[in-house]
Amino acid sequence: MTVNADGAVTAPGAPAGLDGPTGRRTETIQLLTPEGERIEHPDYPLDLTTGEVKDLYRDLVLVRRIDTEAIALQRQGELGIWASLLGQEAAQVGSGRALGPRDMAFPTYREHGVAWCRGLDPTRLLELFRGVSNGGWDPAAHKFHLYTIVIGSQTLHATGYAMGIQRDGAVGEDGEAVIVYFGDGATSQGDVNEAFVWASVFNAPVVFFCQNNQWAISEPLERQSRIPLYQRASGFGFPGVRVDGNDVLACLAVTRKAMQAAREGQGPMLIEAFTYRMGAHTTTDDPTRYRLASELEAWKLKDPIERVKAYLVRTGSADAAFFEGVDAEADQLGGRVRQACLEMPDPEPLSIFENVYAEPNTLLDAEREQYAAYLDSFEGEEAR
Amino acid sequence: MTVMTLSKALNAGLRKALEDDPKVLVMGEDVGKLGGVFRVTDGLQKDFGEDRVVDTPLAESGIIGTAIGLALRGYRPVCEIQFDGFVFPAFNQIVSQLAKMRLRSLGQLIVPVTIRIPCGGGIGAVEHHSESPEALFAHTAGLRVVACANSTDAYAMIQQSVRSDDPVIFFEPKRRYWDKAEVDPAADLAAALPLDRARVVLDGTDVTLLCYGPMVRTCVESAVAARADGRSVEVIDLRSLSPLDMETICGSVQRTGRCVVAHEAAITGGLGAEIAARITEECFYQLESPVLRVGGFSTPYPPSRLEDHYLPDLDRVLDAVDRTFTV
Repeated sequence: MTVNADGAVTAPGAPAGLDGPTGRRTETIQLLTPEGERIEHPDYPLDLTTGEVKDLYRDLVLVRRIDTEAIALQRQGELGIWASLLGQEAAQVGSGRALGPRDMAFPTYREHGVAWCRGLDPTRLLELFRGVSNGGWDPAAHKFHLYTIVIGSQTLHATGYAMGIQRDGAVGEDGEAVIVYFGDGATSQGDVNEAFVWASVFNAPVVFFCQNNQWAISEPLERQSRIPLYQRASGFGFPGVRVDGNDVLACLAVTRKAMQAAREGQGPMLIEAFTYRMGAHTTTDDPTRYRLASELEAWKLKDPIERVKAYLVRTGSADAAFFEGVDAEADQLGGRVRQACLEMPDPEPLSIFENVYAEPNTLLDAEREQYAAYLDSFEGEEAR
Repeated sequence: MTVMTLSKALNAGLRKALEDDPKVLVMGEDVGKLGGVFRVTDGLQKDFGEDRVVDTPLAESGIIGTAIGLALRGYRPVCEIQFDGFVFPAFNQIVSQLAKMRLRSLGQLIVPVTIRIPCGGGIGAVEHHSESPEALFAHTAGLRVVACANSTDAYAMIQQSVRSDDPVIFFEPKRRYWDKAEVDPAADLAAALPLDRARVVLDGTDVTLLCYGPMVRTCVESAVAARADGRSVEVIDLRSLSPLDMETICGSVQRTGRCVVAHEAAITGGLGAEIAARITEECFYQLESPVLRVGGFSTPYPPSRLEDHYLPDLDRVLDAVDRTFTV
C-alpha cells in the first residue's frame, strides 16, 4: 500500500485515485492550489474580500513567527519543550477563523494558531512549555479550552460540552457549536472513537477537526489506518470530509459549513485536514531517524503561506510594502514573545498547594503549613 | 423520619439533588428506564426526563469524559459506574483529566462531577464485580473520595457530593444496599455532618476500630461481640477517605492507645497502610501496640465460593482487636 502525493491510499493493483480497501474515491477539497491559483468548489463557495485574504496571510505569518521564536527559546534553554505547528498554519488559521465568538474550541497541545485566532495572548502559551503552569488561561474568556496533552482525551470533553449546549437550548438558529482538534495518531485512541459514538447518538453540535499531519511522532499514517481517516465518520453515522490542510481558504470554507450545520442542529462532522508536520514532533524529537528528507522537500512545495502570497501577488492584491509590513509586525511579535518569556516569574513555592481543590482541604492545608514552616526555618540563611 | 434501604436513600438523595438544582444530571449505563442494576436511579428518568437522566452508550471513559465536558459547560453530572471493576476504562479521564483540570486552569475552572461506584464483595458475583479500588483514587490528588455505610449518611452524603465544587468519588457498599435505617428527608443539609468528617459510630475506651463502607456493619457487630468479652471498642466510620479526618482518628487513638483498621481492599498499599503510618507519626507516644490492619489478601478478589475467606468477617476483626492486646 502506498500514499500518493494527494494522499489517496492505494493498494497494489487498485486504480489510481481509489482507496484500496474501500474502493471509494478520495476527494480533497481545495480552493487554492499550491501555485496560488484560486479554484471554485460547488459545495464550498467562499467569497472573501482582498482585505480578508490579506488578514489570513497576516495570521499565517504571525503564527509561524510565534512558533519560530518558541523553538529558539527552547534551544536557548528558556522553554523545556515546544511542540511546533510548522506546516499546519493553514489548517489552524482556516478553521480558527471559521469559528464564531460563542463557539467553543478544544485544542491539543499544538494549536498555537487556533489560540491566536481565539485572541489568546501567545505569551500565555509559553507557561506550559516553560513549566510555570500547566496552562493557566481562562478557557471561558476566549472560548478556548486548555491544552490537553494525553492524546484524544479532549474529544470527549468537547462532546460533553456540546451536549451541554443542547441542554441549554442553544442549538438552532443563532446556535453555538464546538470544535475539537486532534491528530492522525489520536484516531486510534478509544476516547476518540467513544466521542464519535457519543456525538453521533446524541446528535451533538461538535465538529471533529483532525489535522492529519502524516506522522504520530515516528509512526506513519499506515500504522493508524487502512482507510482515509475522514471515511471513519461514515461508520459512526455522520459525514466526513477531507480538506487540503495547507489551503487556508479551503479549511475556512469547510469548517464554516460544518460549524454552521452543527449550530443548526444537524449534528457532528469529521473534517480531516490533510497536512504535514514539517518540523519535529517536539523539540526533543529527531525526524531524520524515521522519515526521508525528500518527503519534507515535496511538502515544502505545498507550503501553506507561500500559496497565499503567490495568490496575492498574481492577483495584484498586495505589494511589497504589504509583505514587508507583515514581516516587520512578525518580528515585533517575536520580540514581544521572547521578552515575555524571559520576564516570566517562577511561581511561588507554596503555590504548589493552590488550586488542587476548589474547597478547603484539610490534607493540603496541613502539608502547606508544614512546608511553609520548613521553608521559614531557613530564614536568615543564605538563599539556596 | 422514614425507614429506607440504602439504595432507596441514595435514590431519594439523587431525586432531591435533581429537584434542587436544574444543572444536576444523572448519567450512566442503564440508569434510565431500568433504574440502574441496583435500582438506585429508579424512576428518576421518568420524572426528570431523558436530558437529565441519561442512558449513555456503554463506554466508561466516555461517561466520565463527556461528564467533564458537561461540567465545563456548567452542569453537575452524577455518573454511575455500574460496578467497581468497570471503572478502569475511565481511569485516565478520572486521574489525568478530572482530577487535574482545576489546577491546569489555575483555579479558574470547577469540575463538579460525582462518580458513584458500587463497591465491595459479598454478593456472590463473578469476577470484576466485587472490588474495592478506593486506594487508587485516594492516592490521586484533586479528587475527594468518600464512602457511605448506611441509609442515613447516604442520603446526605450524595447530596453533599453533588453540591461539592470538587470531583467526588462516591463509593456505595453494594452488599449493604438493602440494609435499612432512618432517613429524615426534612432535615437541613447544612446541619448534616460535613462530608470530610468521620463519624464515631460506637463509643469505646480500649481500642479504636476504623472502618468504612461495607465494613462498618461488620465492625459494629464485632464491637458488640467484644463487649461481651469485656473489651470496649470505639468504632469510627471514616466516611471520607480523602482527605482523612485525622483529627477524629487521632483524638480517638490518643485516648485508646490501640487501633485496628479494617477494609475489604487488599492490605498492601491500601488505606490502612496510609492510616497506620499517619497514626504512627501523630500518636506514637500514646500507642500501646502497633496499629494492625485487617483486610483482603494481596491477591486478586477470589472466585465467590472463596470470598468469605477473603472478606474480613466478625471473627477476623475480633482476632485483630485481640492481637492489639497481645503484641
